[in-house]
Amino acid sequence: MEHILTICYLIGSITFILGLKMLSNPATARKGNLIAAAGMTIAIFGTIFLYRDEAGNLLHNYAWIFGGLLIGGIVGTLAAKKVKMTAMPEMVSLFNGMGGACAALISFVEFGHIAKHVQEGLPVNTSSLLTIFLGLIIGSVSFAGSMIAWGKLNGKVKDFSFTGQHIFNLALFAIILGLAGFLLFNITVANIYLFYVISFLALLYGVFFVLPIGGADMPVVISLLNSFTGVAAACGGFLYGNKVMLTGGILVGAAGTLLTILMCKAMNRSIQNVLIGSFGAKSTGAAGGASPQGNYKEISLSDAATVMAYANKVMIVPGYGLAVAQAQHTCHELEKYLEEKGVEVKYAIHPVAGRMPGHMNVLLAEADVSYDKLLEMEEANDEFKTTDVVLILGANDVVNPAAKNDPASPIYGMPILEVEQAKTVIVNKRSMKPGYAGIENDLFFQPKTSMLFGDAKVALQKLLTEIKSID
Amino acid sequence: MELIQHILRGVTNHQEMFYIVILMIFLGIEVIGRVPSVLHTPLMSGANAIHGVVIIGAIIVMGSAHSDNYIALILGFLAVILGTLNVVGGFVVTDRMLEMFKKKK
Repeated sequence: MEHILTICYLIGSITFILGLKMLSNPATARKGNLIAAAGMTIAIFGTIFLYRDEAGNLLHNYAWIFGGLLIGGIVGTLAAKKVKMTAMPEMVSLFNGMGGACAALISFVEFGHIAKHVQEGLPVNTSSLLTIFLGLIIGSVSFAGSMIAWGKLNGKVKDFSFTGQHIFNLALFAIILGLAGFLLFNITVANIYLFYVISFLALLYGVFFVLPIGGADMPVVISLLNSFTGVAAACGGFLYGNKVMLTGGILVGAAGTLLTILMCKAMNRSIQNVLIGSFGAKSTGAAGGASPQGNYKEISLSDAATVMAYANKVMIVPGYGLAVAQAQHTCHELEKYLEEKGVEVKYAIHPVAGRMPGHMNVLLAEADVSYDKLLEMEEANDEFKTTDVVLILGANDVVNPAAKNDPASPIYGMPILEVEQAKTVIVNKRSMKPGYAGIENDLFFQPKTSMLFGDAKVALQKLLTEIKSID
Repeated sequence: MELIQHILRGVTNHQEMFYIVILMIFLGIEVIGRVPSVLHTPLMSGANAIHGVVIIGAIIVMGSAHSDNYIALILGFLAVILGTLNVVGGFVVTDRMLEMFKKKK
């Protein structure tokens, strides 16, 4: 029977690889997700009914297992079905934290067995202990970090840093490694408690690891924590000699790390820079130094409506403001109406607009905006020259010319949407407050730019009414 | 010296695991490398669901806990719940995101 379990795990591993591969193509993505889910189901039920421990015993406690599966399944499905599109990034972070906590709990229980061995004076398997420590530390950091990231994204946790925090974090990390290293080779009845000290410190490290990192970097952090959890799962694979856990965990660990690097590249930052959390510190300095340059001009709704209705080509630049206001449907309506009037309308999508890479694509897809209307950054930058009106909806840092012109700016070097090449720029924002990176935006003070203040949804609705009244 | 020998023995005993790790690292990078930025969020979410495979560890812990070991039972039960949340929530959220990517003409 154990051969069947091997086949189950093999199927699981293949579906994970195939699923990830298919997820990277729009045409097959949904199928890919379902295939991976099917493989996971086979692996889970194979484990429940066919797994044998070293002594050859089948698993027991079925009531507990199925109870847990049922509770987790129902709560997970409900949470995933109910969550709003704008809250997706938080949700991913939360689920990621659950996975990390699961890995840490496994280590807890397995360490309990080891502790018993120590108390009975039996020899301890050092490589098992090593994977237990790794699973515990990585899982705990991932759990605590994800919870903080979740809190930050939904506004419950504010940025927090103190002087010397990098050194504090480094020291904390060194202490964790030191304690784990010490315990690995010198475990006795008297120092078993150190395991719990390590887990506490690892949780603490997860908190302090994410706390100082600026909100703009949250996607990068979630992606990184995602790959951490992958590695924590792989530790479990080592511990049980379980190849499907190993395959899935390392696959996600590697892919997540690459995704993290890709995101950093999109913002022209190094991972080190993000991790040390210098973004927040540097940007407040820069914001204080750069004096806000006086005058911006506002545009009335009717003027904005006229400019857009008589344009040949309008480019919409969506940002987090669109997501917060849930204005994607109204935006699509406006786009449809303008197209009917013969105006060419497209969307310029910056890879890190919003709170996650691809956030805008997901949001606009929800409103049924057609694929070919969404231009990626390079395409969009080629088209701004021939664009009459750029309508910016709650985007800020991704259109900040300081990224090109001001070497002192913390976002210097980040590729941006070069909207200032268009004839007119209309910026919809709630107020003149700086964006997530906390820096002033020159664009708003340029002569071709005018501001349309207000909530994106309300402003778009009014704009639509105005445009309709022009005919 | 003893430490190095210990490590070397560990590597030899688990060599096929190390081969898997190396191959999976390259595979993971290769598979993700060509992803268009449109799919970054669903991909992250899908990968998130896949590392939920840690649930298998939780099931093993739960299923081999002695019925008088209450700590293992409770922690294992909690681990199964959290792992299931990760798996089920992850796949459902990803599906919901991708559902909206259908082309409307």
